[in-house]
Amino acid sequence: MTTLQTVFAKAKADNRAALVGYLPAGFPSKDGAVAAATTLVEAGCDVIEIGLPYSDPLMDGPTIQDAVHRSLVNGTRIADVMRTVEGVAATGAATLVMTYWNPIDKYGAERFARDLANAGGAGTITPDLTPEESEPWRVASAGAGIDTVFLVAPSSTDQRIKAVVDCCTGFVYAASLMGVTGARESVNAAAEGLVQRTRAHTDLPVCVGLGVGTGGQAAEVAAYADGVIVGSAFIRRMLDAPDEAAGRDSIAVLAKDMAKGVRR
Amino acid sequence: MAHEGSILTAADLAGNGARGDDPDVHGKFGIFGGRYVPEALIPALDEVAAVYEKAKNDAQFLSEFDHLLRTYAGRPTTLTDVSRFSEQAGGARIVLKREDLTHTGAHKINNVLGQALLTKRLGKKRVIAETGAGQHGVATATAAALLGLECVIYMGAVDCERQALNVARMKLLGATVVPVTNGSQTLKDAINEAFRDWVTNVDTTHYLFGTVAGPHPFPEIVRDFARIIGVEARRQMLELTGRLPDAVCAAVGGGSNAIGAFHAFIGDEGVQLHGYEAAGRGLESGEHALTLTSGSVGVLHGSRTYVLQDDEGQTIESHSISAGLDYPGVGPEHAWLKDSGRAVYHGVTDDEAMAAFSLLARTEGIIPAIESSHALAGALVLGRELGPEATILVNLSGRGDKDMGTAMKYFNL
Repeated sequence: MTTLQTVFAKAKADNRAALVGYLPAGFPSKDGAVAAATTLVEAGCDVIEIGLPYSDPLMDGPTIQDAVHRSLVNGTRIADVMRTVEGVAATGAATLVMTYWNPIDKYGAERFARDLANAGGAGTITPDLTPEESEPWRVASAGAGIDTVFLVAPSSTDQRIKAVVDCCTGFVYAASLMGVTGARESVNAAAEGLVQRTRAHTDLPVCVGLGVGTGGQAAEVAAYADGVIVGSAFIRRMLDAPDEAAGRDSIAVLAKDMAKGVRR
Repeated sequence: MAHEGSILTAADLAGNGARGDDPDVHGKFGIFGGRYVPEALIPALDEVAAVYEKAKNDAQFLSEFDHLLRTYAGRPTTLTDVSRFSEQAGGARIVLKREDLTHTGAHKINNVLGQALLTKRLGKKRVIAETGAGQHGVATATAAALLGLECVIYMGAVDCERQALNVARMKLLGATVVPVTNGSQTLKDAINEAFRDWVTNVDTTHYLFGTVAGPHPFPEIVRDFARIIGVEARRQMLELTGRLPDAVCAAVGGGSNAIGAFHAFIGDEGVQLHGYEAAGRGLESGEHALTLTSGSVGVLHGSRTYVLQDDEGQTIESHSISAGLDYPGVGPEHAWLKDSGRAVYHGVTDDEAMAAFSLLARTEGIIPAIESSHALAGALVLGRELGPEATILVNLSGRGDKDMGTAMKYFNL
């Protein structure tokens, strides 16, 4: 079994959804990112997504834009992303990289897949890589033994959902709403329908992201999804904290609340 | 279009595709183009492509577009022989295609009128657009006012300050201008922000993309709406000189005016196609927009093309004295024309462009846009290479009124 399969099997056995936390590499600092992700794992996150900071994050809202901008200003490189993955994977959590396609393309698909596998990474989530353009990455990832996660959206037709899930291994990322990343007042009602439509085409776990920011929302999503993905809400707390240690304390509180939420 | 009374045809709009110059079903020009966007946008892109495919063969659409081009944009635009300017080009005959004479003062009006009509067919009531210097924003606000569409323009905060006059024009035309304060606060960040709006409001909104870049089908649609430039110019050159030009010259930022000028000539093997990118303060300075001539293949804003990027795929900010050429990407069809060798691309520095800007004003009484001045500077060099028997068509993509602030500073006027 792959790391991801183990995580979802365990969560299923516990009759709960998995909790997935997102943080960009290099934020709030290179070492600080590993420490923050470790805090999330200790507080109950089963899976960690490490964001690869990119200059043109067109699917991200202001919170993640701010964090990745700071990370890039700090000089974060792909080698730092790999070191971050290595540090987080050492905690035992399944660790993925979430990245726009161009950095992988430029680095070289085979080299990126190999380096990520060597760092202990479980796979990638590539939000702007469509099924039509994904073949080189799926081949490279299969060769390195890592998973490829792609996104479906509320606007996706059943035909598109099928095309996307056929490219996925590990799990499917269902974007809960039409929009960019960021916590919202409520989780979009369309998310549940999307998860159901996705399940009609795959046996893979389906995780819901975009707009989840509280334990209550996590519980709501956990009622119909295999995993709950949280990013901006953690990052917002870290941006608002006076220092890194206070940021970790703050996200630990939220992550514990979320971990309770997925177990309700 | 150049013939009085003739109506724009489907072939004028899209060409005949017989030379393999249309993208494949995935929007690929060879290895370039395609779609690298969030899955959420795929249905909207499919819808735009389907509605356009139908419209371009629909006599009523063609007739509406033709009517607006004639009665609103002021087409066909004329050719002008510039003999005094040509003296500086080794005597080669330089002929200008006068897109500067269109309504709003630049070729951009062609694309926005076409896409605004398309927006109506999509059943959408709101358009959004990105703008750098403000020209595409002004053109979009103009078309939106004409057709009664709500209009929101994303513009980098730095650009808003540099181009305050255009911000005022857009507001006067009824548009909302949103200053973009993230990233480098210029055109590329305005595009990112427009995509974020689009993915959020796609049910009601059409993204009226301003150049031949972006995900499929934008490179094809914007090209087709700009294509009228070359279609007219080709007929007009035959009427004026009795033959085709030896070369066509155009400035390249995103590449819409250049593809518009080139496309009708792609099948004419004897006609050289020359594109001029902004070399800014020179290649060595690192402050330039030499995407095709010094960039590498990558993905930016939804399309595989040449990009200014570092060794790990992070976009490098571009520089040009001309805001319209200040973009670190370029349309995928230009990338394809470059790699196939059908078109040749060169760099023109800020100083070379400003010298040509001044020269055309003094010798011909025409103040060109600084963007277009890059093509003029290129034609001066090319004319000396080709010799006095040569005829060179230069796309004068816009007029220089908007550039007077820059000119006052540059020339101490």
